[in-house]
Amino acid sequence: MDDDHEIARTQEERKNMEQQITYDTEFYNTTKNRFEGYENSIAVTEEDETIDTNLSQVPRKLASYTAPQSLLRDITRSAEEEEERNGDGNDVRAQSRRIIDKEDEYKRRGRLNRALSPDRVDAFALGDKTPDPSVRTYGEIMREEALKREREETLREISKKKKEEEGKRGGGDRKVEEERAREEVVPAKRRNRWDVDNAASKKAKTSGSDWDMLESTPGIGRWDATPTPGRVGDATPGVARRNRWDETPTPGRVDADATPSVSGMAWDSTPKLTGFATPTPKRQRSRWDETPANIGSVTPMPGATPAGVYTPGVTPFGGIGMVTPTPGQINLMRWEKDIDERNRPLTDEELDSMFPQEGYKVLEPPATYVPIRTPARKLVQTPDTQLYQIPEENRRQEYDLPKEPPGGLPFIKPEDYQWVGPLLNEVDEETLTPDEQKDRKILKLLLKVKNGTPPQRKTALRQLTDKAREFGAGPLFHRILPLLMQPTLEDQERHLLVKVIDRVLYKLDELVRPFAHKILVVIEPLLIDEDYYARVEGREIISNLSKAAGLATMIAAMRPDIDNIDEYVRNTTARAFSVVASALGIPALLPFLKAVCQSKKSWQARHTGIKIVQQIAILIGCAVLPHLKSLVEIIELGLVDENQKVRTITALSLAALAEASAPYGIESFDSVLKPLWTGIRSQRGKVLAAFLKAVGFIIPLMDAVYASYYTKEVMFILKREFESHDEEMKKIVLKVVKQCVSTEGVEADYIRSDILPQFFKNFWVRRMALDRRNYKQLVETTVEIANKVGVADIVGRIVEDLKDEGEPYRRMVMETIEKVVANLGASDIDARLEELLIDGILYAFQEQTSDDANVMLNGFGAVVNALGQRVKPYLPQICGTIKWRLNNKSAKVRQQAADLISRIAVVMKQCQEEQLMGHLGVVLYEYLGEEYPEVLGSILGALKAIVNVIGMTKMTPPIKDLLPRLTPILKNRYEKVQENCIDLVGRIADRGAEFVPAREWMRICFELLEMLKAHKKGIRRATVNTFGYIAKAIGPQDVLATLLNNLKVQERQNRVCTTVAIAIVAETCSPFTVLPALMNEYRVPELNVQNGVLKSLSFLFEYIGEMGKDYIYAVTPLLEDALMDRDLVHRQTAASAVKHMALGVAGLGCEDALVHLLNYVWPNIFETSPHVINAVMEAIEGMRVALGAAAILNYCLQGLFHPARKVREVYWKIYNSLYIGAQDALVAAYPVLEDEESNIFSRPELVMFV
Amino acid sequence: MQASDRFNINSQLEHLQAKYVGTGHADLNRFEWAVNIQRDSYASYVGHYPILSYFAIAENESIGRERYNFMQKMLLPCGLPPEREED
Repeated sequence: MDDDHEIARTQEERKNMEQQITYDTEFYNTTKNRFEGYENSIAVTEEDETIDTNLSQVPRKLASYTAPQSLLRDITRSAEEEEERNGDGNDVRAQSRRIIDKEDEYKRRGRLNRALSPDRVDAFALGDKTPDPSVRTYGEIMREEALKREREETLREISKKKKEEEGKRGGGDRKVEEERAREEVVPAKRRNRWDVDNAASKKAKTSGSDWDMLESTPGIGRWDATPTPGRVGDATPGVARRNRWDETPTPGRVDADATPSVSGMAWDSTPKLTGFATPTPKRQRSRWDETPANIGSVTPMPGATPAGVYTPGVTPFGGIGMVTPTPGQINLMRWEKDIDERNRPLTDEELDSMFPQEGYKVLEPPATYVPIRTPARKLVQTPDTQLYQIPEENRRQEYDLPKEPPGGLPFIKPEDYQWVGPLLNEVDEETLTPDEQKDRKILKLLLKVKNGTPPQRKTALRQLTDKAREFGAGPLFHRILPLLMQPTLEDQERHLLVKVIDRVLYKLDELVRPFAHKILVVIEPLLIDEDYYARVEGREIISNLSKAAGLATMIAAMRPDIDNIDEYVRNTTARAFSVVASALGIPALLPFLKAVCQSKKSWQARHTGIKIVQQIAILIGCAVLPHLKSLVEIIELGLVDENQKVRTITALSLAALAEASAPYGIESFDSVLKPLWTGIRSQRGKVLAAFLKAVGFIIPLMDAVYASYYTKEVMFILKREFESHDEEMKKIVLKVVKQCVSTEGVEADYIRSDILPQFFKNFWVRRMALDRRNYKQLVETTVEIANKVGVADIVGRIVEDLKDEGEPYRRMVMETIEKVVANLGASDIDARLEELLIDGILYAFQEQTSDDANVMLNGFGAVVNALGQRVKPYLPQICGTIKWRLNNKSAKVRQQAADLISRIAVVMKQCQEEQLMGHLGVVLYEYLGEEYPEVLGSILGALKAIVNVIGMTKMTPPIKDLLPRLTPILKNRYEKVQENCIDLVGRIADRGAEFVPAREWMRICFELLEMLKAHKKGIRRATVNTFGYIAKAIGPQDVLATLLNNLKVQERQNRVCTTVAIAIVAETCSPFTVLPALMNEYRVPELNVQNGVLKSLSFLFEYIGEMGKDYIYAVTPLLEDALMDRDLVHRQTAASAVKHMALGVAGLGCEDALVHLLNYVWPNIFETSPHVINAVMEAIEGMRVALGAAAILNYCLQGLFHPARKVREVYWKIYNSLYIGAQDALVAAYPVLEDEESNIFSRPELVMFV
Repeated sequence: MQASDRFNINSQLEHLQAKYVGTGHADLNRFEWAVNIQRDSYASYVGHYPILSYFAIAENESIGRERYNFMQKMLLPCGLPPEREED
């Protein structure tokens, strides 16, 4: 499912993108796709799955188990979910807003391992000058990269050689080897983390000693090049097991040597003071999977030592002051501070203020009292370390507040102290150099953006944007980019900082060139973020960057990363390149892509190049069509590449291209058909899966004849792979079969004879039902096959399995039958099969032990409905089963039985089994005392279904008995019961109200009032409608009285629903029956009631529309009064009533009354309350429609040039909405202006006369 | 006005209106408004064919000529703007 999930995600994104792209809708007809039925994605396990968040770390932890991966994933997943559901306090993911806590291992490691590279030279700005030796040029970077790769190669060679030697030695002493391997782990890892450090590799190359060789060799290549643990296992089975510890960076262990004081606490655990009391590092306690990977040495700040450590109130112990405080430490300090503050001794002043002045005496301490000086005897022992100093007492200090940041800066979080440090030192700005001043200014603004209040943030952002060029690219990015690399960054902060970059980019334009790579380093991780908006943001930045810096710079910046040794870097770079391609156009990038994809130097480059093509296809979708041919040509050589990974990614890219261009562009794929087809014959394993996926996507593009031919070709392989035991392969085969089968040219006979036997033999086995994903895939594929070969074939083959002994398998059969029958009907099913089918279904239905997804129920319903009248002979048996099950002890069974009745009620009617239905009705009626609300809801639903089909008159039990039984059930607060009950009551009120005495209906009315409070909208709506039916049945007077009384209640929602109900009653029983009582109610001197009446009027006129013309004159006096009321809400509601009225009667000759009302509305135009002014403006708009724009313009003219500005503003607002609403109509009504000396204002044309 | 009102639709109404050509505001003077009126009028004449033909008959001109004239008049319909005395 995860593959599907990911694909669905990208597809959705693309869909969003496509909505912005405009294309010729005639050619690219979007409404009806002839390939709609195709599965448009086949998953293959490949690197792109590493993006699949959440999961990728799970298999890693479990790499030593040997059960199938998919199964393990399921298990661990549910364990995780369980934990989350329990609200386990340790669950960081659920609570934290920090990005680092939400990332999986792959992303975290990749992101934090990348360092900001030094600035690069801008080749364009230099012209012919020789670059400054201090900045790096493209050539240097390429050399460095080449060096790194070479080192990798050498190390790999060495390890290979060593392995061979060991192989020769033939085992040797195992214990010694293990020992050795354990020692290898640490140095290998360390070198990886400091990639730039060449010392180790030099050592490896130069030293001849065997020991050194051993130490330096293992795992390095594996670590970098192959990020998935599974593959590691394949490559070097000997050390693989231990290797899994390498996969996760273990800062606790590694850094323990360098910075002893950081380890020893889990940063999310309850802070314990022991962290301070035990200065020796405790390695085993470090929670290596949660602590950020970059403690100490890798901290992205320039200079890891913080400028000012946040230590208010506590003196730093041990080495804390020397390292960057981790969040854990900061938390600890917070606690410490808090506890200190609460426990400090009270001062004399405080004691004075607490006790009364008189009646107390300050005693002298006894002469013998000596305060405890030896710390060991104190209750709370202060740790006694070498560096400990007795803190200086400062009672005046504010313990609970951090130092107030100077100069109106926002609150500074402890995590931020390290970078805003310079701001906290009070210095005289005058003494600083201009550069330092600039830097301070930037820092201040950034701090405001990051931590400030919205207004602060806004102004700071604007200043940063406006002054961007003044500040210069260098100082800005040197401050912003390290911030984005902070391990404690939160989502919101990242968003803000990214926004800053975006704005600044726009202003700096070509000045960003030297920083293009740095920006990419921090932005690229956004491209694989889980958060959709983060991905979009990342894309936007990269696209803006490429527009600002230009293609050449972008290529120069990213070229070295293309064959980076780290897969993460290559992955993100490929994605970034696809964004560049979509920003600058594919043609511009084609030559480069061509060169990269055919690179001779390294397979990594080819792999990334081809991956770029894949990402382009995923990103821009059908817009690849114009370039399809060139893109395919660029990557086609990859199909025969010597490297297996390159072949795989090529096939995947072709699949992506075919998917993006479907249903067009088959001619572009001509050149790859042959290698693909030879490929599926020669390849094995993963590569074969990828090839099959590509084929699966290309076949639907073909013409019918070719599709049929190629399907037959590929079917040969597919049938072979039917027997594969690889789960992944199974899934792909199923999907490809589905794609092929649904293609036009594939004949039913061929499928029947060539595919079905093997297909059913291999896939329709019990084991397939156990894995949820296999299950779903198999059902889908089978349904697709059924669409081609018909119902009888498929159902005939599996119907016997309805009596299988495995319940999951029975369920799978049932689901398939349900879908097939629902799609294709049951007309193909002959008498014998019909008998078998009903028999099997009854068996499966009765034998089920658990059915949470209602598969059996749905299947039963679908089959019965499809068979229609043919079910008649079986109905007594079915009803017998239902009756028996309605009496079952298990609530679930009873509920299901009742649900089944509501599904088959319509068919029973078709079979003229009214007597049987009546019988069932009586049975259900007897079960109305059911205590389980879920079951009761279903029983009510079943009753409703029966009443619906056999009608009120024939219903048994008779309605007059049934309804009184329902009245008490209306009191039930359970949603399902309420909904079904109100539906049933409403149905009876609608169709059979005469069977029930009016008294009973009144009783129900009272119950219904309570239901107006229901949370579910459907229930409230049904209730309001039921009021209408009841009012119709027994006359509006009594119902209305009830409703009007309800207006007096306090609860707002209740009143609102009541007003709606009144309006509905008015609509069903004509307004004249309601209006007198309603208007009479307005005389009650109570705000709520009067407002309720007005609101009802407003709804009423909205509902009755044109009918309102007869009632305007009647309600005008009331509205006059309301529009003159002191209460704002009166005027507001009255204004909205006027609006509805005006809109309803527009053009029906009620202008006199409307003008009269407008005169009352108009004085309210100066109201400031938003709701009131809104209602008034809308009323005026309504009047514009009813009276015409000219009338309103005349009202306007008096104030357009009023001496008071406030008045003018309001009048112009009205004029503007008038103008926008009816500009043309105003032409005839504009006032006559006199000409002035040099200007013509009159409109002589209007006085022309023929 | 409260802080919360600053963001609701009413406060934006004027801003929304200002996006349309021809809308006015409290500082609009007689000349600017007149220009809008004139342009609207001409646009309306040109847009309604019966009116255009009526004018054509009244002025004894072809309809095309009338249309052309009206369109030409939409440039500076009231002549040059008056000198601003207050600044």
